[in-house]
Amino acid sequence: MIRGRAWKFGDDVNTDVIMPGKYLAMRNPELIAPYIMEGIDPDFGKKARPGDIIVAGKNFGCGSSRETAPGGLKAFGIGAVIAPTFARIFLRNAVNIGLPVLECPAAAGIREGDLVAVDVASGRITDETTGAIYHAAPFPPFLQELIAAGGLVNYARKRLGLA
Amino acid sequence: MGLTITEKILASHAGKAAVEPGEFIIARPDMVMGNDLSTAGAIGVLKQMGATKVFDPEKVVIVFDHLVPAKDIQAADLLKGVRQWVREQGIALFYDEGRHGIAHIILPEQGLALPGDLIIGGDSHSCTYGAVGAFSTGVGHTDLAGVLALGEIWLKVPASIKFTYHGTLGPWIMGKDLILATIGKIGIDGALYQAMEFRGPALATLGMSERLTMCNMAIEAGGKSGIIVPDGMTLAYVKERARRPWTVYQSDPDARYVAEYDFEITGMRPQVAKPFSPDNVVSVDEVAGTPLDQVFIGSCTNAKLEDLRIAARILRGKKAHAGTRLIVIPASTWIWNQALKEGLLEIFAEAGAAVSTPTCGACFGGHMGILGAGEVCLSTSNRNFVGRMGHPTAQSYLANPAVAAASAIKGCIAAPEEVGA
Ligand code: SF4
Repeated sequence: MIRGRAWKFGDDVNTDVIMPGKYLAMRNPELIAPYIMEGIDPDFGKKARPGDIIVAGKNFGCGSSRETAPGGLKAFGIGAVIAPTFARIFLRNAVNIGLPVLECPAAAGIREGDLVAVDVASGRITDETTGAIYHAAPFPPFLQELIAAGGLVNYARKRLGLA
Repeated sequence: MGLTITEKILASHAGKAAVEPGEFIIARPDMVMGNDLSTAGAIGVLKQMGATKVFDPEKVVIVFDHLVPAKDIQAADLLKGVRQWVREQGIALFYDEGRHGIAHIILPEQGLALPGDLIIGGDSHSCTYGAVGAFSTGVGHTDLAGVLALGEIWLKVPASIKFTYHGTLGPWIMGKDLILATIGKIGIDGALYQAMEFRGPALATLGMSERLTMCNMAIEAGGKSGIIVPDGMTLAYVKERARRPWTVYQSDPDARYVAEYDFEITGMRPQVAKPFSPDNVVSVDEVAGTPLDQVFIGSCTNAKLEDLRIAARILRGKKAHAGTRLIVIPASTWIWNQALKEGLLEIFAEAGAAVSTPTCGACFGGHMGILGAGEVCLSTSNRNFVGRMGHPTAQSYLANPAVAAASAIKGCIAAPEEVGA
């Protein structure tokens, strides 16, 4: 179970604002983590705490394929990202590296600062501040397998006969 | 029920007779592309996976584009690491400094992207290769590592959207204008998870350069891929470049599309995307007169030879405005050399432009033309999000190379006719 405060963002949050291009040559996720969401809110890295949850509008993570975007969020400790839809490369990257992402249009009802609990396996999202309960769309079986395997690294190890 | 070109290509690479939109498949690509950034990331992941060899060095192409020539020590070390790995892996298709260029231009130009191919690229604009009738899509560096290790990738078969272009192109109307108008209409998630199939009588008249520009920006509408069924133009282009056989697929007349859009382009004005989104599109006339600190003619969208020829036609014998910096970055080494021979680089230099060796450079706010606080730029690239080209308060407008050249002369956004073109 993941539990944290909600931070709200609008539609079409793109990877240029999640992780600006100037940090792309920095390969260590720990080093770039303080700069997440800098393009929207330069102080986000100071205000947010590990475990916090991002609740955003449609098409989250659109733009470039840079994995420093979900990678930075994960390294910072963002517990989960909830949005009605995700841009497809961001979604793949998040699933591959094990950043929980949940598609749930109704979760727009969550307010900034609410305490939110997420059960990734069942997709159940509880707004503990208001008591509201939401259900994210379950991932298709193929993606569930990949997530259960622990992401693409472990999946590939298995396919290569190494695990 | 018929199939789209996208469904046929995916079925053939998954060893199936047919596939359905929404179906998950495991597919084997013909070509896998990594650029400097994504390859560096993938090398680390390959180690974690325990993979010591790529699945087939002949099906891997590595291109240096984002950070080349090394912009700082970090970049130099990154490039050095990738070079060493490429050598260890025995990858011959390596476009290092001196042969380098933007991957999305190098692959079609060098005959590495062919009709009927399935191509996976470690960069979001890998959708560009759809212009030759390939299915091609971008992935992050963990996915890139997975496909390099296994020679296969999971894909969800996308539904297709049909975009049909009617009418005739006016002067200075380019593929860029068609795709900007399209993104302006459907929005930046208008084709989310879907394949964009471009067709129609007006599209048939477009050369390969314009088609590459259109497929390049499919991702700006959220598309998984952009694709154009090969025709005589495509085959003439690939015939002189291909080093291996290819397969031409067509969409069946009764193929299924989730949506269809029709565009009448007769009388269309050049299109401009205003800050801060590629779907914030208006006619050039609505923003004409906006003062500019910088004009950038570059990127995988619009720095091909044809783009440079058009810009040079307008800039010939003229000067960029005193208050406006003009930066021209040809997309590949071959284009740079060709532009030199044709005298295009001289025209740019005499116009007062800073002309660079090929690189992504300013396009992603990396180097070679970063914007300061509050500066305004008109760029021929594909994205104008907050902070994309530098400071978060800087603004970028996106347009075709003819508008860019005219705007550089005027010092403000201008239609080509305004400078007598
Ligand atoms: S030119 Fe720009 S959009 Fe194209 S690959 Fe380079 S950074 Fe990406």
